Amino acid sequence: MNRLGELERAIMDVLWESETQLTVRQVGSRLTDRDLAHTTVMTVLDRLAKKGFARRERDGRAWLYRAAASREAYVTELMLHALDQTGDRSAALASFARRVSDTEARVLRRALETGGDPARS
Amino acid sequence: MLPPVLVLASVAIGLVPAATGLAAARWPYRSPAAAIVLWQAMGLGWGLAAIGTLAALGADRGSADRGGSGVAGDALAVLARAVHDLVGTAPPPGLLAALRLLCLAASAALLALLSWVLVAASGAVLRDRRRHRALLSLLAHGDPKVPGALVVDHPAAAAYCVPGLRSRIVISAGAIDLLDQAELAAVLAHERAHARERHDLVLLPFTALRRAFPWSVPAQRAHAAVALLIEMLADDHALRHRPARELVTALIRVGAASPAGTPAGALAVAGRELTESGVCTRVERLLAPQQGLSLPALALVSGAAAALVIVPAALLLLPL
Repeated sequence: MNRLGELERAIMDVLWESETQLTVRQVGSRLTDRDLAHTTVMTVLDRLAKKGFARRERDGRAWLYRAAASREAYVTELMLHALDQTGDRSAALASFARRVSDTEARVLRRALETGGDPARS
Repeated sequence: MLPPVLVLASVAIGLVPAATGLAAARWPYRSPAAAIVLWQAMGLGWGLAAIGTLAALGADRGSADRGGSGVAGDALAVLARAVHDLVGTAPPPGLLAALRLLCLAASAALLALLSWVLVAASGAVLRDRRRHRALLSLLAHGDPKVPGALVVDHPAAAAYCVPGLRSRIVISAGAIDLLDQAELAAVLAHERAHARERHDLVLLPFTALRRAFPWSVPAQRAHAAVALLIEMLADDHALRHRPARELVTALIRVGAASPAGTPAGALAVAGRELTESGVCTRVERLLAPQQGLSLPALALVSGAAAALVIVPAALLLLPL
């Protein structure tokens, strides 16, 4: 992953972990191990806001940032899309195996045990 | 020789039952790649023939000033003359001439619709993928158990490929828990085949066709059939590196653990029935492998595919 992608990820982690909205300086101070310039943090937060992953509102002269949705909500979105359950059925992804019913799964397992053709078992 | 309009119309009409037949046939499972080529040719041939039939009805092929430049050229000549008459002070066209113009308009509209849905479907797919990749870069992480793949921490079992210039293979934490090391390797080999051969591009025109004609059962069937065939192609690739049994147990486990789909509507239900039996068909095929098609049979399929594209294209473009 490139440096920018990695920074976006680290900053989203900060926003997800925070209970409250954060200023650019507060976000920077929670990434102490990285020693980032203030403008770098500001640029990345701006990008995240433009992509819709962060929300911001003005508080006096500073911007306050928070995550647009929780990490869990985004993970759920990924999985719904992956399992083709969003309803748009755009075939953007190629899923390994679709749902089989319990009956089908039983038939298939029996076929596997006998090593034969499930149609004949 | 038969008039071009009859040939084009019989190709356009005949391909509809042919698609139903091919969707139900079992031989494509023996040589998925050949069958996919045939499906592509049928799709392209149908588009050309349907557009060409309308254009040939509109083009005044019997008249003396026949352009001798194929159906498309004649149709353009008729259109040019109509525009010329409209601008000039010629008397209004008779009923027959008006009907001809209507056919030409329908032909142009169909050409525009088919081109547009292809562009629109590609755009929608690319947008979906961009969003998916952006989320993956924020959320997914690597795992030594699945080298080269991204892991998403979710209990549902899922394994998939996000195709693109740099394709990504994604496995959920649920799938890692569910499958043993050998099964995971089989799943990775399967998904890598999708990524490497860009199977998504093969499916794209059928996705577009399904969007253009959502009420059309042949379009639904064609999409489901090609989707199943590319899975079989990827299964075959995985078999070169892994034993069939690993792939089969992985398929059954992931298939049985996937949550049921939710899309509503009669066609979505029909689609689900097709994909459900899809896993069964793949398992059956892996457990009792059949020989690929013989060389003469492959030649026949390729010849049919070539003819389906060449004949309508030649009637449209060449002075026959």
